[in-house]
Formats: sequence, C-alpha cells, structure tokens
Amino acid sequence: MTTAPQTRHVPDRLNSRAARIFKSWEALLLAVAIAIFVINSFASPYFLSAWNLSDATFNFTEKAMIAFAMALLIISGEIDLSVASIIALASTAMGLALQYGAGTPELVIIGLTVGVLCGAFNGFFVTVLGLPSIVVTIGTMSLFRGISFIILGDDAFRGYPASFSWFGQGYIYWVFTVEMLLFVIIAVIYGVLLHKTNFGRAVYAIGNNPTGAMFSGIRVARVKFILFLLTGLMSGVAAVCLTSRLGSTRPSIATGMELEVVTMVVLGGVNILGGSGTIPGVVIAAFVMGLVTFGLGLLNVPGIVMSIFIGLLLIGVIALPRLWAMAAARRTP
Amino acid sequence: MTTRIAPAPAPDVSPIVSMDMITKTFPGVKALDQVKLDLFPGQVTALVGENGAGKSTTVKILTGIYQPNGGTIRIDGDPVVLATPDDASQAGITAIHQETVLFDELSVAENIYIGHAPRTRLGLIDKARMHQDASALLTEIGAPFSSHTQLRDLGIANKHLVAIARALSVDARVVIMDEPTAALSHKEIEELYELVETLKSQGKAILFISHKFDEIFRIADRYTVFRDGAFVADGQISDIAENDLVKMMVGRSVEQIFPQTNHEIGEEVLKVVGYAHPTEFADINFTLNKGEILGFYGLVGAGRSEFMQALFGITKPSKGVCRINGNIEVIRSPADAVANGIVYVPEDRGKQGAIIGLPIFQNITLPSLDKTSRKGFLKLAEEFKLAREYSQRLDLRAASLDQDVGNLSGGNQQKVVIAKWLATQPQVIILDEPTKGIDIGSKAAVHEFMAELAAQGLSVIMVSSEIPEVIGMSDRVIVMRDGRIAAEVEGDDMTPETLVRHAAGITTPTEGAAA
Repeated sequence: MTTAPQTRHVPDRLNSRAARIFKSWEALLLAVAIAIFVINSFASPYFLSAWNLSDATFNFTEKAMIAFAMALLIISGEIDLSVASIIALASTAMGLALQYGAGTPELVIIGLTVGVLCGAFNGFFVTVLGLPSIVVTIGTMSLFRGISFIILGDDAFRGYPASFSWFGQGYIYWVFTVEMLLFVIIAVIYGVLLHKTNFGRAVYAIGNNPTGAMFSGIRVARVKFILFLLTGLMSGVAAVCLTSRLGSTRPSIATGMELEVVTMVVLGGVNILGGSGTIPGVVIAAFVMGLVTFGLGLLNVPGIVMSIFIGLLLIGVIALPRLWAMAAARRTP
Repeated sequence: MTTRIAPAPAPDVSPIVSMDMITKTFPGVKALDQVKLDLFPGQVTALVGENGAGKSTTVKILTGIYQPNGGTIRIDGDPVVLATPDDASQAGITAIHQETVLFDELSVAENIYIGHAPRTRLGLIDKARMHQDASALLTEIGAPFSSHTQLRDLGIANKHLVAIARALSVDARVVIMDEPTAALSHKEIEELYELVETLKSQGKAILFISHKFDEIFRIADRYTVFRDGAFVADGQISDIAENDLVKMMVGRSVEQIFPQTNHEIGEEVLKVVGYAHPTEFADINFTLNKGEILGFYGLVGAGRSEFMQALFGITKPSKGVCRINGNIEVIRSPADAVANGIVYVPEDRGKQGAIIGLPIFQNITLPSLDKTSRKGFLKLAEEFKLAREYSQRLDLRAASLDQDVGNLSGGNQQKVVIAKWLATQPQVIILDEPTKGIDIGSKAAVHEFMAELAAQGLSVIMVSSEIPEVIGMSDRVIVMRDGRIAAEVEGDDMTPETLVRHAAGITTPTEGAAA
C-alpha cells in the first residue's frame, strides 16, 4: 500500500483536443454527410452541379436559422414548438402591412418584430408563470397560426415588392445565395454565443441542473426568456426569407416545419432532455438533411417517402452509438 | 458504551454473500480494485472508509446497478451474476439507499410494493392485500402513519421508514443500509437499532455503512475497511479499538480535536433585521462579525435551512432587510447575494450544489465567470487557472479537471461546491450541514478549512445538527426552534445541555430570550 502524496496534482484534461474531436458525435455525423454526398453523386448525374447544389441549400437554410436558436433552447431544457406558426403569423403581418403600402425595410422590421413578440409571449408563460414550455408552445402553435387563418382565410397576400425578393431569391456571388450567407453568419453568431461566452455556459448549466444553476447565482429565468426571444427572432428571420422566396403568404405557410427543426437539432447531437449539444453538430445535421432531401428529390422520390427516410435517418443515427456501446459492453463481460 | 447483544460469531458460519477480487473501473477512475467483502447470516458487517473509498460502488454492484469488471460474487458459495436490480432482488439482496428514491405522488403502500405488488387473479394490483401487508410491515417497524398516507405528506425521517419497509417487503436475506441514520433523530435512531437487532435475530446478513463510529461500535459485529477503492482489513469489531479503525480507514491518525479558533473577530459585516416568512420562520435578528464562525443549531425542521435560503435570495422572505458593511441591501435572488459577497453551500449537494453533467472546472468557475472572462467571452486558460488554484487548495481528488463532477464521490463533490464559492472571494459563507454524510478524515479537513477561512477574515455561518461540531467550531451559537431564534449563546454557555434544552424548548429558569 503506497501512501498518497501530500498535494495531489490534478491534470486539466486527460484527452487531447484531437482525440475529443475524433470521438465526437460531430465526427460521426460528418462521416454520414460525406457518405450521403458520395452516394448521391453516383445515384444521379444531376447531383454534382453547382447550380443544383445551390438550389438544394434552400432545403435547409431557413430551417437551420431557427434550429440554431432552438438548439440553445433545447440545451437549456426547454422547447418551442410554435416556430412554424410564428413564421405564419409574421408572414401574415408582413402581408397585411403590404396592403397598407409598406416598403421592404418596413416589411423586414415588422417580420422580425412579430417574431420577437411571439417569442416574448412564449417566454412570459414559461419563465414568469413557470408553465412547461412544451404545453405553452403547443398552445401558441395553434394560436399563432389560428390568427393567420382568421386574417387570411382562403386568401393569400401577393405582390411583394421586387426589392423584397432579394432575401429569398437573391445571390451574393455566382451560386452563393443571400440565404446561404445569412445561414453562415447566423451559425457563427450562435456558435460563438453558445461555445465562447458566459451566456452559453449558463445555458449548459441550466440544462444540466436548473436548481443548481439558480443556486450558483445564475438568473435562470432571464436566460430562458432571452432564449425564447432569440427563437422568436430567428423565426421572424426565417419568415422574411421564406415569404421573400415564395413571393406570397398563405396561412398554411411552413406547416410542419417545427418538427423538421427539432429533428435537425436532435440529429445534430443535442440532447432532447437538455444539457448537451453543439452548434457545429447542428450545422452538419442541416447539411445531412439537405443532402438527403435533395438526393431523393433528384430520384423523383415523393415527399412522403422522403419524410420516411428522414425519420429512419434520425432514429438510425441516434441508435447507432447506443448499439455500438451495447455491442462493446457484450464483448467485455 | 452500550453493551452489545450479539455474541461473537462462530467461526464455522459461512457467508451468505461473498465478494472476491471485485474490480470496477470508470473512465479515468478505478473505483474498486480487487476488493473482498463477506456478509454472514445474523451479523452486522460495517463497511468503513472515507468518501471515495468505494462504498457506494460496492452497494451498487451488490444491488445489480453496476457490473464489476472483474472478480466473483458468490451467494451461498455459488458464483452468481447480478446483471440487473431485479437479479439482486431475486437473490434476496435489498438496499436502503443513502438518498432513497421514493415516489411523492404515490401512497405509502404503493411505494413499499412498487415493482412487486400483490396481484389479483386478473393480474391487477390487489389493493386490499397490499394495504394489509403494508400495514403489517409498518407496525413491525413501529411507523406512526398509515399505509394510505400520501408519501409527500411525510417528513424525511418517516420517508426513511417507508424505505426500510420497502426493503423488508421483499423476502430479503441480505439487507444493505447505506447511512440509515443520517437524517434521523436520536429517538428514531434507537428504534432503528432495535429493528437491526430484529433483523439479526431473523438470520439476515446486514451490511451497515456509516460514518458515525459510536454507531458502528454499538451495532456492528464485524468490520471491513476500504481505502481509495482497495481492501484494507476486516475482522471482529470486538477485536479492534476505535483509533486503530480510524487509522486503517484514513491511512494516518486523525486528531479528533477541533482546530484552534483563535482568530481575530472584527467589526460587523452582516446584520439581519426582522426576517420573516409566512410559514417557515419569523422575527430573525442577528449580527455577524468579520472572522467569526456563527453556529446555527436546532432540530430538523426548526427553519434553519429555510432561513438561510431566504438570506441567499432563493425563497422570498415576506419581511426583513440586511445591512451589509453598513449598507442596507435587499437580496432578491442568489445573484444579488453573490454580488453582495454572501454565498451558500447547500445541504443537498446533488441537486442544489454541483451541476452534474458539467466538468469540474466549469462547476468551479460558474459563479466567477465575470472574473475569468473578458466582455462576456470565455477565456479557458483563465478558467483552468482559477479551477486549478482552488481544487489544489481543497485537495480535490479527481482524474482531471475536465471530468464530469458527477463521477466524483460525495465528499469530492462537496469540495467542488466549496471551491466554487471560495473562488468568488465572498465575505460571508453559509455552510449548511457541511460535514453531513462525509467521513471522519474529510470532516477534520472541512473543520480545519473553516477555521482557516475565519482566520483569513471570512465570516462563516455554519448550520449543523451535530452538537460537538457546533460547540467545537463556533464562536457563538444561535439556537432555532419552530422558525424562531430560541437563544443566542457564547463562551462557556455553549454546552450540549444548553443547546439541546433551547432546541427542544425545555423551560428552565436560565432560558435565554429571543433577541
């Protein structure tokens, strides 16, 4: 029996940075993305075309903008299922403003403001009244879209100004779209916010143990409220892009998008119960979903079959590491 | 010391359960290294060791929660694999855990029989029989409540009785008691001892885990000592002296004496005026001086923790203000309290103290992020520096600072929580039951540390239910009873008798009035 040394040296880290990255979820997901890319390029002769690939990014850019904010919200232990309905309401508000002669700057401001207000509405019920976010946002999911339906009925708002179409249809350079640029900027902002700031650390702390975070002097309610505001704001941004791209507003706009956003976040390795996940993971997940949808589209696979594929992909990618661990555990009794 | 009823065991009795060369590793940590443990019928075996010695891991292996990486478990001499908690239960092993998992929303009977409720012929739960059996069990252990009671309506001591009843409801041959007396009052502890004697007479093997030596010598027949995950010794309790057992446990001799507290007491730091809460406490007034250790003594439920949490801004008092360094401050949230230099080390470290899931260094820097960051942006190098400094100061035992704090033993988690608060350089540190459930070696270290903090000019409020600790450490003691200050004693008046009398509300001519 050796005696313990008087002062213990505890190393900062055991694994090197490279080892941590190599073993990460993101690495696995990147491998999946590359595999899908390769399979797609063999499956269809039209896949490896710069313009086609550029078009394909529209499959995920708008969803991903919301997914980044949603990732933070889910890491903190909350969720917002009303995001697609916020898009509907924000788009309707923009269409309504259009009827009163609003120009492009006003339309954008109105879209973003409605998004933030909807986020504040959700945030109020969750952080001030302490209601569960899943219940609150299922409620507001119906509420926000319901308001759109009341305003629009079977109608649609059309006739957005030409300058407004820049957001969803414009190109920055060659095949690179405005939405792609927004996607990159927003990804960087959220990546920095989550991984490099005190605010991001608070999000992780809250997600792992809200009581402990509160006992550590973190203003839990404030952080969560801000996250709802951000998710609302991103829904507003997505509303501007989507409305601009479609050139019209119907109350059914973006129906079902909330689940695709959540799928993207979970596929990106964010724990649905909160506490862990990364923005790079969500970025790769966005590409994976975009590539799968685009590849299947080129093969003329109908939309409903596509959603089956996405569902299987989600379950498969999530189950894989678990199956792996179980197999490993069986090998070493 | 009390006489023990059990005779020395006959040497030819063979153990019911025998663990041999059991090893368990976690990423980066070897929790158990080829340990052995034998449990004999009709005998109480005390498993002794410091925090992190591997006691809880052993319990989890015996109850099928963890799988050992090596070694053999034998029951009645036959090797067995306890792959699931159900296997352990089938093998007749049952445990009363340190922090028992019970269900607040269910009745007492449902809690006792969850997972193995009696069934009717249709396969539905036979409620009548369940309540009947539960009542019988509750009577047997002397529980003062009905099987129909909702669990949430019970206090912590009574919940513990439910946990015991649940352990006994399966036909157990081996009963594991993991710090069963930690939350119990003196009278309840006596009742538990009687219960243990009953179980012994029924031929059950009992594994008893406790940090209290008087308890071990009172109730155990045998001892097994682990240290840092390794087996040290075992034998008959009657063959060993308390000091030798302590030495084996910590690998060195520990002074049972409290550190000298000859620190300088300075000017007033904190004055609490008229703190009141609708239900939990009322009329709390006291002052705290620089470099002072102020003890808060009282029975469980006297409102000490509730008041401390209000002082820390967690629960909102209905009335009351603080004067901190001469300025009137209203503390509305823990963030306010931290900003005013008041920090709180909670009793429930798993839920309120450590953030399980985050690495050690992030736990330590969490309230100090403003200092280690620039303009809200993290600086990892600064964080590691701060974490290193304070983990060394508290002699933290861990594989790395990047390790999940959840993989640490209870005592080391407590060190992380204390380190977290010291790193904020507070003026007032509130320690709520700082040594509850930690071993004698760590206890002495905590006491030493507390004295050191006071000597450095920090003001300490220590909530404790252990009289020797309160008297040994405090410069002054406030006794609470039923949410009010019953007495404030200092100097030679701090005797066990005085404290107990005030806490229990026994009237004597010398009783001190509330301030």
